[in-house]
Amino acid sequence: MAILEVSDVTFAYGDAPVVEGVTVDVEAGEFLGLVGPNGSGKTTLLELMIGLRRPDSGTVTLFGDPAHESSHGERIGFVPQDVTNTTGEMPITVREAVRMGRYPHNLTGRFTSADRDAVDAALARVDIADLADRRIGRLSGGQRQRAFIARALASEADLLALDEPTVGVDAESRDAFYHLLHELNQDGITIILIEHDIGIVTTHASEIACLNRELFFHGDPEAFVDTDALADAYGGATSVLEHHH
Amino acid sequence: MIALLFSGLGQLLAPGQVGTVDRILRFLLDDLWGTVLDLLAELTGIGILSSAFMQRAYLAAICIAVIGPLVGSFLVHREMAMIGDTLAHSAFAGVAVGLFVNAAYSVVVPPLLSALFVAAVAALLVQTLVDYAGAYRDTSLAIVLTGSFAVGSVLITATDGGISVGINAYLFGSLATVSRLNAGILLVLSAVVVVVATVAYRPLVYVTFDEVGARAAGLNVTRYNQLLAVLTAVVVVGAMQIMGVILVAAMLVIPVAAATPVRGFKRSVGAAVCAGLLATTIGVTLSYIYDIAAGGAIVLVAIGIYAAAKVGVRLRREQARRKHNRDVSRSPSKTVKPDGGDDE
Repeated sequence: MAILEVSDVTFAYGDAPVVEGVTVDVEAGEFLGLVGPNGSGKTTLLELMIGLRRPDSGTVTLFGDPAHESSHGERIGFVPQDVTNTTGEMPITVREAVRMGRYPHNLTGRFTSADRDAVDAALARVDIADLADRRIGRLSGGQRQRAFIARALASEADLLALDEPTVGVDAESRDAFYHLLHELNQDGITIILIEHDIGIVTTHASEIACLNRELFFHGDPEAFVDTDALADAYGGATSVLEHHH
Repeated sequence: MIALLFSGLGQLLAPGQVGTVDRILRFLLDDLWGTVLDLLAELTGIGILSSAFMQRAYLAAICIAVIGPLVGSFLVHREMAMIGDTLAHSAFAGVAVGLFVNAAYSVVVPPLLSALFVAAVAALLVQTLVDYAGAYRDTSLAIVLTGSFAVGSVLITATDGGISVGINAYLFGSLATVSRLNAGILLVLSAVVVVVATVAYRPLVYVTFDEVGARAAGLNVTRYNQLLAVLTAVVVVGAMQIMGVILVAAMLVIPVAAATPVRGFKRSVGAAVCAGLLATTIGVTLSYIYDIAAGGAIVLVAIGIYAAAKVGVRLRREQARRKHNRDVSRSPSKTVKPDGGDDE
């Protein structure tokens, strides 16, 4: 069953179209990797998918409703690029950040034991329970991204949207992070991931969408490696970096 | 909310009910607050506390110390510290409108209320410029700041200098402007700010921490941004009487900056309020004793607290580093924390 249907979507900043005529469905439990060169509209497409932007034409249907007016906020977990710059000085703790996952469920009332349990379980699930009282701005990049995942889990999100989450994260933490994503996907959480490292995407994703304003490829990773879609999207001049895990 | 607030205040100030308002103010400020401070003066032997004039000044100081850092905590961590300054200048235009109307037509509009109205409108204008016009945040702020100050200066000069006498008190702040009515207005504004900020605490924290994440989670970010801007306008107008237009933004920023080393957002807000209380009460006292401007004295004390907090953190970090080095040299096998650890 498709939880997300992107149908012939076009979006432009002013006169410059950044996403044009894109049609993609995302099934429940899928792990979709979004790849494409810099400035190819990946982030914009992701924002359209989770309703942060409204398409100029075409439709995005998320959990059965138009995405931009969807009221399913608690089902969506968003993990931005490493956020060191914006959250660095805010004296907020990891637990306070993860508690935000409960806010869509409980915006003004007292936190119940169910709320607190969900927060504790989420912290434990991503293995940062021991960091709960630390300032989030003082964590390493990998730990911080785990805190954002924990926030999504506390929200009981069944869709995770990640925009290049491991930029600036060291190699070891990055492998552990993708291992965690893989496990969460096995548990049934749908994942949409923007990632510039093609090797990671072909290793972990169940579906790949290759974008450069228009959609160049949509299918499984094996077929993707066999086609010229990547070269076409990147303008044919890029040699593909393959990773063997 | 603003409309409701105004209609409420409007009713309060209707001629027939002035007597009731006066009685309530007398009870709250003289009977309740006055008696408490009289007792305190007797117990401590501090004479200043028993003067009615200073009792109102201390009440205003406490209100400002609570609401300034409370709202400022959300502004500083979004790098919106300058919005306070912008709204203060639009509040100045509002004061000028009030004084102008009072001088030109023989109606009585408390300048604080016209300031509240103009600053609230300016707050929404700034947010709209940022959201829709695509203007950069600091450009929008600069336009509204200078624009409203221009309106103020034009209105003041339009009355042949007749109202420029009264304007000085608002520009630089003064303990003398805290009349019983102004203290009452500040008390009501403070109560509104505390209640609204408490009820909207979670969405405001979420939007401050991660605006995009908050939108993805389904929060109406635009509405909360507007709420924050209007709350800022209310704080600025309330604090303006003592702090003055030019210095009022300090109470939104300096105590919050001083409390930044505290771990945990909620605790840091509490610490910022404590820093604010220390700054305003000491500042008001110094202002009375040495007959100097209250706003300036408060800001200088606040900066002193900020500097002391920074130095304290630096010393503690240095101490921790030395202790760490000692421990490492004693047991070289001990692992080093990769991220340096927190200061508190």
